[in-house]
Amino acid sequence: MPSERDLRRRVRSVKNIQQLTRAMQLVAASKMRRAQEAVLASRPFEQKLRSVLNELAPYADRELSPLLHRRTPVRRVAIVLITTDRGLVGPMNVNLLRTALRFAETQPDAAYVAVGRKGIGSLRRMRATVIAEFPNIPDRPTTNDTNVIARVAVDEFTNGNVDEVHLGFTRFINTLRQEPTLRRILPLVPEEEDLDQLPPIQYLFEPDPQTVMDLILPRFIEMTVYQAILESKASQWSAQMVAMRNATDAADDLISDLILAANKARQTRITKEMLEIASGAEALKG
Amino acid sequence: MPIRLEIVTPEKAVYADDVDMVIAPATDGYVGILPHHAPLLTTLGPGEFRVKKGGVEEVLAVFGGFMDVRGDRVIVLTEAAEPAEEIDAQRAQEARDRAQQALQAGPMSAAEEAHARASLQRALVRIRVSERRRRRL
Repeated sequence: MPSERDLRRRVRSVKNIQQLTRAMQLVAASKMRRAQEAVLASRPFEQKLRSVLNELAPYADRELSPLLHRRTPVRRVAIVLITTDRGLVGPMNVNLLRTALRFAETQPDAAYVAVGRKGIGSLRRMRATVIAEFPNIPDRPTTNDTNVIARVAVDEFTNGNVDEVHLGFTRFINTLRQEPTLRRILPLVPEEEDLDQLPPIQYLFEPDPQTVMDLILPRFIEMTVYQAILESKASQWSAQMVAMRNATDAADDLISDLILAANKARQTRITKEMLEIASGAEALKG
Repeated sequence: MPIRLEIVTPEKAVYADDVDMVIAPATDGYVGILPHHAPLLTTLGPGEFRVKKGGVEEVLAVFGGFMDVRGDRVIVLTEAAEPAEEIDAQRAQEARDRAQQALQAGPMSAAEEAHARASLQRALVRIRVSERRRRRL
């Protein structure tokens, strides 16, 4: 049984840790609010862009852009894996990595574009093929920060290194729920290929189809990547906030247990001393 | 029969309403959209985006992006869209003067020149949009 002094010392150290987790919880909570606002505000743009593209794709001439070409068989896929730069975010990165690996197993060959230090570290340890690494994504990312990632994905696809590009990220649902998500971003073919059922519409393109496609397709990839990074950021801070809150609550429980144990030890010691004194006095009397 | 117009930027949804007519700054000149327009996908330049509704005209400055017209639904996806009342005319004029000075100051790299020209153009669009608003008031 640990001594009373040991117990008191442990109470102090748990309190110190608790101060730390509480501070991290508060920081994460404020970052979380901002990140959640950012992701919710930018979702409409990405969704509209997606729906425009989905409606348009059946009428677009496949020859207009290499990004519209489906290649079979698929010999190699690229997975853009968006993880966090720092830990203490609960199981978020592990879950995403597991989802990605499970998918990679079904493919003949997979290469990674690693975003975030955590993913970079894990993929290196696994000796996975990594095409590019992007550590240190700022907390308030702009398209300037994320477009380079999209460009790598597009280049790898157009120069034939990979036949498909998938995007793995943690989708933000709410503060308590984040979902590992894997989505194909290249080639850009409509989600459902029931072309025959679609009404034949003559789309007009201004100034011309080529210019429009050259503008809209790369833009779409960039926006998808940007959106995924915003989703990941919101997930990251939510997960960290929850993890730190749990840690702070657990510390509270631990502290009260330890104080109870310390008080019991103290009481035992006092009782023992009293007994010794009493029995000493008894012995003198006799 | 109204047109459903939505203007969305990466930062936020700027506009969503049923309107009578849209006049958009396409790259090759202004296009007017009335109900029952043919499906159209066009790139947008920087310029004035005019919206007519019940005899009232609203003006926004838009910068790039594109517009999708399909049926009676118009979606504008643009880098930035600023309603006239949100534009700071004075700041835009200062930006115009700065850009003009930079362009007159003499030789600069191609990237710098493109940057200055782009900010000059943005400033001019903002000034025009805010003036149009002032005339109406």
